[in-house]
Amino acid sequence: MAGGPNKALLAEIASRPGRDTIASNLIKWGFIAVSLAFLAALLFAPLITVFATALSKGWQMYIASFEDSDTLAAIRLTLTTAAIVVPLNTVFGICAAWAIAKFEFKGKSVLLTLIDLPIAVSPVISGLVYVLLFGVHGWFGLWLQEHDISIIYALPGIVLATMFVTFPYVARELIPLMQQLGNDEEEAAITLGAGGLMTFFRVTLPKVRWGLVYGVILCNARAMGEFGAVSVISGHIRGQTTTMPLHVEMLYNEYNFVGAFAVASLLTMLAVVTLVIKTLVEWRTGIRKH
Amino acid sequence: MNGTHMNVWQSVLRALRGLGVLAAAALLTACGDGQSSSITLLNVSYDPTREFYRDVNAAFAREWLEQTGERVSIRQSHAGSGSQARAVIDGLDADVVTLALAYDIDSIQRNGKRLAANWQTRFPDNSSPYTSTIVFLVRAGNPKQIRDWPDLIKPGVSVVTPNPKTSGGARWNYLAAWGYALHKELGGDLSRLDDPAAAEQVRAAEAAAEAFVKELFSRVPVLDAGARGATNTFVQRQIGDVLIAWENEALLALRELKPGTVEIVVPSTSILAEPPVAVVDTVVDRRGTRQVAEAYLKFLYSTEGQELAAKHYFRPRNQEVLEKYREQFPPIELFTIAEVFQDWNTAHAKHFADGGVFDRIYGVKAQ
Repeated sequence: MAGGPNKALLAEIASRPGRDTIASNLIKWGFIAVSLAFLAALLFAPLITVFATALSKGWQMYIASFEDSDTLAAIRLTLTTAAIVVPLNTVFGICAAWAIAKFEFKGKSVLLTLIDLPIAVSPVISGLVYVLLFGVHGWFGLWLQEHDISIIYALPGIVLATMFVTFPYVARELIPLMQQLGNDEEEAAITLGAGGLMTFFRVTLPKVRWGLVYGVILCNARAMGEFGAVSVISGHIRGQTTTMPLHVEMLYNEYNFVGAFAVASLLTMLAVVTLVIKTLVEWRTGIRKH
Repeated sequence: MNGTHMNVWQSVLRALRGLGVLAAAALLTACGDGQSSSITLLNVSYDPTREFYRDVNAAFAREWLEQTGERVSIRQSHAGSGSQARAVIDGLDADVVTLALAYDIDSIQRNGKRLAANWQTRFPDNSSPYTSTIVFLVRAGNPKQIRDWPDLIKPGVSVVTPNPKTSGGARWNYLAAWGYALHKELGGDLSRLDDPAAAEQVRAAEAAAEAFVKELFSRVPVLDAGARGATNTFVQRQIGDVLIAWENEALLALRELKPGTVEIVVPSTSILAEPPVAVVDTVVDRRGTRQVAEAYLKFLYSTEGQELAAKHYFRPRNQEVLEKYREQFPPIELFTIAEVFQDWNTAHAKHFADGGVFDRIYGVKAQ
């Protein structure tokens, strides 16, 4: 259903046979070799190191690393944070993308710039602003203390900092997509008598769903892996406010290399699982198109 | 065709809904955590004490249960000493702080008055239940023949030490080097520092000390941010000929990391490092944990606490325990912060504050 005449034209042009010369072949294989070399050096080698170190003392030590209660608490905290952050940021991302792509209003470019802000500033700053806001000497510090509410050095702070860092991802995926797809189909739906909500759920959302899924996956990956912002705001309390990335650093500093890399390998596997889901999703759409 | 579309789409929606339910459940359990019946204490400490306090906490919990029938669980937080102090100032609710230097607890006191100004007199021995000192770690067989401080500035020797701007441990290293040079220049008599008649000589000695420390820092290839980072640089990454380190860190590295590749060299003179402990008054009074927090710190002075300190390579204050572990802690001539630098605030203002001596000597090198 997506894709106007432009796309069809482009696809047709792309499928025209090119002139296969020796030079163009050389260039093609040269590019492939260079990218593979980069991948091997920057991606595969470190990945192999992670798993090799994690397994350097055998499977039993590897499994035993996950029986530690602090490690389990770190895994739980990371999953909890992601489970809160990702749905909230998905809702925010859809709202923001909808507002920007479908309506004209003053200050739109300012809003766009603001959405990019978390990508532009260092994560350490994102953590620090919450310390400055909610710390004892911050704007709301005394009030929070009087009411016995802890935000920083506790779960709410970690969630806030992670949300701040990850909120652009869904919106950033959706905005160009929604702008490109245009409003024609929505207008048709409304003309045919559909209400606003129905139009949104039956027309707009299905149109952008793969972009949305991709944004959610990126957002989730970043939320689980965030180190800098969380490090500033966590307070490093073992078994309570250390997320998986912080726990990896902590174990490494304790000379517990097997433990550190075991947790790191789990983080890696979570990332690989998300990538597999993404590929599956793409594959299923691919099949249906034929 | 559209049917499959909708199916996949619905399963994505369902997954999202599932995530929402998970989030709610997680929130509920997170709230439930606070209501467990046992007492909890939070000990905010610095990096090298992780292994030590893990054992102390278990032993103390056992003793407290026997004595009072109450269960106590102690949570630990570890990071660089300075950043931990900063976190407590910003509101991290530590019942007790056990940091690397008195200066950091002093800053908690100054910024926010979370504890009384006389905190350092509340427990014996300057509120420092265990001590350490600064020693050298060299490669196996000591190929560069490093025996004492002057050998660190021999030609071709490269030295690893963390950045005194960011690391509490590194400040002790720096002050130990400075104190050694001063001690040597003044003929081993540090009392002359306070003698007005010797003012001229003291000035010359300070200049010599500055030259020595400057030369030393010109040989540092990597200035790590923290003490553990520096140890990993030296032992794991094999950079440098000698690591200036806390004795407890050096002993731990010797046992934990690649045994037989490094050895410890104890210099002729060094500094007495006193990592202090304190109860954070505003927190224990609000949480009603004063009694158990004080008992916890007193436990560090008990024979069992001192034994654990020695086992984790901190020099115990208790002489009997110290004698028992003599082999591990060779005698060494130690000077204190008070003898050479008056106190931490003075030392900090002169050496580590912006525009201080360290900036001068390290800045010159950078040009």
